[in-house]
Amino acid sequence: MNKDKDMSNQILMKGNEALAEAAIIAGCRFYFGYPITPQNEVPAYMARRMPEVGGTFLQAESELAAINMVYGAAAAGARVMTSSSSPGISLKQEGISYIAGAELPCVVVNIMRGGPGLGNIAGSQGDYFQSTRGGGNGDYRTIVLTPATVQEMADLAVLAFDLADKYRITVLILGDGFLGQMSEALTLPKPSGNTFEKPWALTGAKGRKPNKVASLRLIPEAALEELNLVLEEKYQKIKKNECLSESYKTEDAEYLLVAYGTSSRICKQAVNELRKEGIKAGLFRLITAWPFPAEALQEASAKAKKILTVEMSLGQMIEDVKLSVKNPERVDFYGRSGGMLPETDEIKRRIKAYGN
Amino acid sequence: METKKFKYVYDKPEALVDKTTHYCPGCGHGIVHKLLVEVIDELGVREKAIIIAPVGCSVLIYDYMNFDGCEAAHGRAPAVATGLKRVNPDNVVISYQGDGDLLAIGTAEAIHAANRGENFTTIFINNAIYGMTGGQMAPTTMENQVTKTTPTGRDPMDVGYPIRGCELLNTLEAPVFIERCSIYDFKNTLKTKKAIKKGIKNQIEGRGYSFIEVLSTCPTNWGMKPQKAAEWVRDVMEPYYPLGNFRDN
Repeated sequence: MNKDKDMSNQILMKGNEALAEAAIIAGCRFYFGYPITPQNEVPAYMARRMPEVGGTFLQAESELAAINMVYGAAAAGARVMTSSSSPGISLKQEGISYIAGAELPCVVVNIMRGGPGLGNIAGSQGDYFQSTRGGGNGDYRTIVLTPATVQEMADLAVLAFDLADKYRITVLILGDGFLGQMSEALTLPKPSGNTFEKPWALTGAKGRKPNKVASLRLIPEAALEELNLVLEEKYQKIKKNECLSESYKTEDAEYLLVAYGTSSRICKQAVNELRKEGIKAGLFRLITAWPFPAEALQEASAKAKKILTVEMSLGQMIEDVKLSVKNPERVDFYGRSGGMLPETDEIKRRIKAYGN
Repeated sequence: METKKFKYVYDKPEALVDKTTHYCPGCGHGIVHKLLVEVIDELGVREKAIIIAPVGCSVLIYDYMNFDGCEAAHGRAPAVATGLKRVNPDNVVISYQGDGDLLAIGTAEAIHAANRGENFTTIFINNAIYGMTGGQMAPTTMENQVTKTTPTGRDPMDVGYPIRGCELLNTLEAPVFIERCSIYDFKNTLKTKKAIKKGIKNQIEGRGYSFIEVLSTCPTNWGMKPQKAAEWVRDVMEPYYPLGNFRDN
């Protein structure tokens, strides 16, 4: 995203810390979280930085409590964030569903680790389904941003707060343990400068009618469907306006790799090496996993004989890829799971095998 | 003929919405709601107040309060209150919770908000049963009490003894006010109002966390007439849940 090659403002930061600092740059002044590896740098950073900027850091008694503190702070009109990793995000789904129903804006960070269950603490992409299909109960969506670099961890954090306020929605930043833990040079982003009125916030009914923040819709009979249709209209607007992706050497690509986050970095390396050998490979990288950038993928895959979906899971995003491209029989899959990484050589071997 | 001038000695509180509640005859919620709105008016904080509705029969409490209101997931009201209050410390935040909400699914949130000394006020309605879902065992259901999920009576050897909320929170350092009251008769109802007023005053003065437990009635799910239900609170609940102040710092 950041095409600025000026090195003078560059600093070295861990992904998790870059994200936390960018949240503060974006105006986030409330953070509620609960420790879990591999995202612990986020709460530690916030614990130190929030008091310096007049903000509030609070270590909650659980992920359930943390997300409900987020719900309360968002209802009060604040820019607010929580972060966790896969098992903790499962616990937060209850609150995320209520936040969807009550149409509150917030940012939730998932630095994914291996699962199911306690799994392990290495980076993984096993939560794609949970992230893009809602995760909690009911008819709802969250915007899902998938950074691939430390720079993007920061840039997308700034974007996340604007999108959250613009649409009164949860924006999920979906990173993984490798991305959270790695250090890279970055230029810290600037605040967007956008401001959003929040006349619905709970601030006390002084000089106005009481505001109510709730997802319950009992009466009349069709009241809940009405709410769901309002949400659906919002989701369609987001699908139309907010898809983000990167197409890398796709114009003439006969072999297209599709990936996001850490696995897309490995894919980019494979594309560069294949190109050196004269093989027309390209990479389509998601930046939003929901909304899924289907049109851009159709364009990028127009000339592809084969489409190889590469994930740090046993195949989740591939379903969206197949739903999006023409002639989905072209779509193949390579993935590693449980905290293991896809290998450049294996990607190259598979692409070359398609040519034979 | 001389016209007599009448003077209002009592009017509908401004903080109360003028509508019929959905509560059953003899239910304690209506009484406690009324006490709360009277206190809000008397302290002049209607324009600052935020009521947090729990999951349970009082889930629609914000429909009856003429001030801001917020729904919370089952048991999470203290966490939601924490978020609201930390953002806008000048608001007067009241978490209104039932026994299943506060002492079963939300025990962690209740204890930790109290332990942090969050500057809000909790009104805890203990009626020894789950009302809205149709009369299941609550953490505060009495020994041998028959409910939908204890058809032969609550057996402490199987599902434990009733939990005493005030006594539990009284082990913590931070809370400034803990009191158990009831609405089973007029005298105790007035005491309940006094306790709610103290709890909200504490918050306005920034003194910290206040907890008011109210022993209340659920005639429908207890299978009793309202008057009998009030007597049951007095004769069965009160001996196990003694009324009185536990802390007033």
